[in-house]
Amino acid sequence: MSLNKLTIADARDALKKGDVTAVELTESCLSEIEGAGALNAYVHKTPEIALEQAKAADARIKSGDAPAMCGIPLGIKDLFATKGVATQAASNILDGFKPEYESTVTQNLWDAGAVMLGKLSMDEFAMGSSNETACYGPAVNPWKIDDRKLTPGGSSGGSAAAVAADLCLAATGTDTGGSIRQPAAFTGIVGIKPTYGRVSRWGVVAFASSLDQAGPMTKSVRDAAIMLGTMCSHDPKDSTSADIPVPDFEAALTGDIRGKKIGIPKEYRIEGMPAEIQKLWDDGIAMMKDAGAEIVDISLPHTKYALPAYYVVAPAEASSNLARYDGVRYGHRAKLAAGEGIVDMYEKTRAEGFGPEVQRRVMIGTYVLSAGFYDAYYNRARKVRALIKRDFEQVFAQGIDSILTPATPSAAFGLGEMDGADPVEMYMQDVFTVTVNLAGLPGVSVPCGLDSKGLPLGLQLIGRPWEEGDLLNHAHVLEQAAGFAAKPEKWW
Amino acid sequence: MSIDIDTARKVAHLARIRVPEDHLPELAQELSSILTFMEQLNEVDVEGVEPMTSVTPMRLKRRVDEVTDGGYPEKILKNAPDAREGFFAVPKVVE
Repeated sequence: MSLNKLTIADARDALKKGDVTAVELTESCLSEIEGAGALNAYVHKTPEIALEQAKAADARIKSGDAPAMCGIPLGIKDLFATKGVATQAASNILDGFKPEYESTVTQNLWDAGAVMLGKLSMDEFAMGSSNETACYGPAVNPWKIDDRKLTPGGSSGGSAAAVAADLCLAATGTDTGGSIRQPAAFTGIVGIKPTYGRVSRWGVVAFASSLDQAGPMTKSVRDAAIMLGTMCSHDPKDSTSADIPVPDFEAALTGDIRGKKIGIPKEYRIEGMPAEIQKLWDDGIAMMKDAGAEIVDISLPHTKYALPAYYVVAPAEASSNLARYDGVRYGHRAKLAAGEGIVDMYEKTRAEGFGPEVQRRVMIGTYVLSAGFYDAYYNRARKVRALIKRDFEQVFAQGIDSILTPATPSAAFGLGEMDGADPVEMYMQDVFTVTVNLAGLPGVSVPCGLDSKGLPLGLQLIGRPWEEGDLLNHAHVLEQAAGFAAKPEKWW
Repeated sequence: MSIDIDTARKVAHLARIRVPEDHLPELAQELSSILTFMEQLNEVDVEGVEPMTSVTPMRLKRRVDEVTDGGYPEKILKNAPDAREGFFAVPKVVE
């Protein structure tokens, strides 16, 4: 087997035994990346940094002081600030930006000896569900069933494509409304969004600060547990970072969920749900039952209002966060005509720098926060958000350990197929995932099967706050029972 | 609530995004359709519900009020489109 196809767990064990070196692993990924231009996953490659880090990792492994992630080659979403390396959030407004600092998450990974292969494509400022809003053009799903090119999902589409096509062992993603879990489901990989506050947001380009969380995108649940443990830390530089110990998530993977209560929310049986998604969900329920869990029907009555609440709260926060892109301190500045002043500079810079979807969301956010509409939209949405969170608190108080739902309302769709659609149609992609961000809970997407055309489908498990270990154990059981082992056939 | 062209123009200006006059009708329509979608929220009984202000209930940490960082203006200015003599340079602000 080519080294780039290894899981983190297998690579870790092989590195420890001395069967492979970090340099060999890294070179294998780098050569695979070179041949995968058609996927458009890597947008800034860093082979020199990768080989330097790999050499250092080999020395550290030899010395016997090597954490699990030491020598593991990773792709990094373009949203994470990486010192001296282009960090653009897939936006023209950050063209040329090279941060003078490193995000806490990536610093944690480098401190553990991980290797950076490069930066991965995404939707602009993480706003999108198909990777089509990226200033680099869309990343492409390695899964293909006819002559169409399919979306890898979004916003972490480059990360999903890179992991599914073995262009790295794993990748970082971020998730504001489903941006880790939906692309993971579209590409047949695992992705977890941890509890809000588990992972530091410092140095991650902000979209909606009360919803954003970073997490790993990996080839297995075990890998997600290993990598998440390294990404998490208490960080004084993020005021919402939780000051609680990070448990050993991998140790939680016992494979035993006997007696656990798994909730099935009736509100997730949405109108028009494809029969294949319904069947996948029913199969997942049967698998958890066979593993000894107790299946409990539950109700989360405010589910229907999650998407509209999200599309008030997220753009409101985005309009505030993105106010910093003004052409003064970094990135793009528009050329001005004689006599044009500073307001012209702001308006022209932002019109040239932001793509249409980002402009739309900044303007919606501006509108819902403007005088006279703040109460009607923003405050009402925050109240509905409180009710959505309360729905979850009530079912957890009834003793529910995790909640099983579909991850997405469909399999991957073709690039360009949603072009003429109303923006709201694309927003429906997040229908099963967005509640989790609003309530600040951990959620994981697990690949569970193929649809009749041969495209991967995923199920989502939602956990109690701070119980990522238990949640990953449930996901591990589902993964083992589903036995998903399909890989995309190489066409690129 | 539907957004008319004047409101779209005003919102674009508040957001400091230049939108050409001939794009305003389309923008107004897009914003209206998103707002219509949001109006489902009016069906929810929110009487007596406190707006959510923090995802995880926690007290913000405090620290001593002292300078902990700084002293590297060259790094701060490094990515600026126009920096001169230790300052960010912008078009004339005050007439």
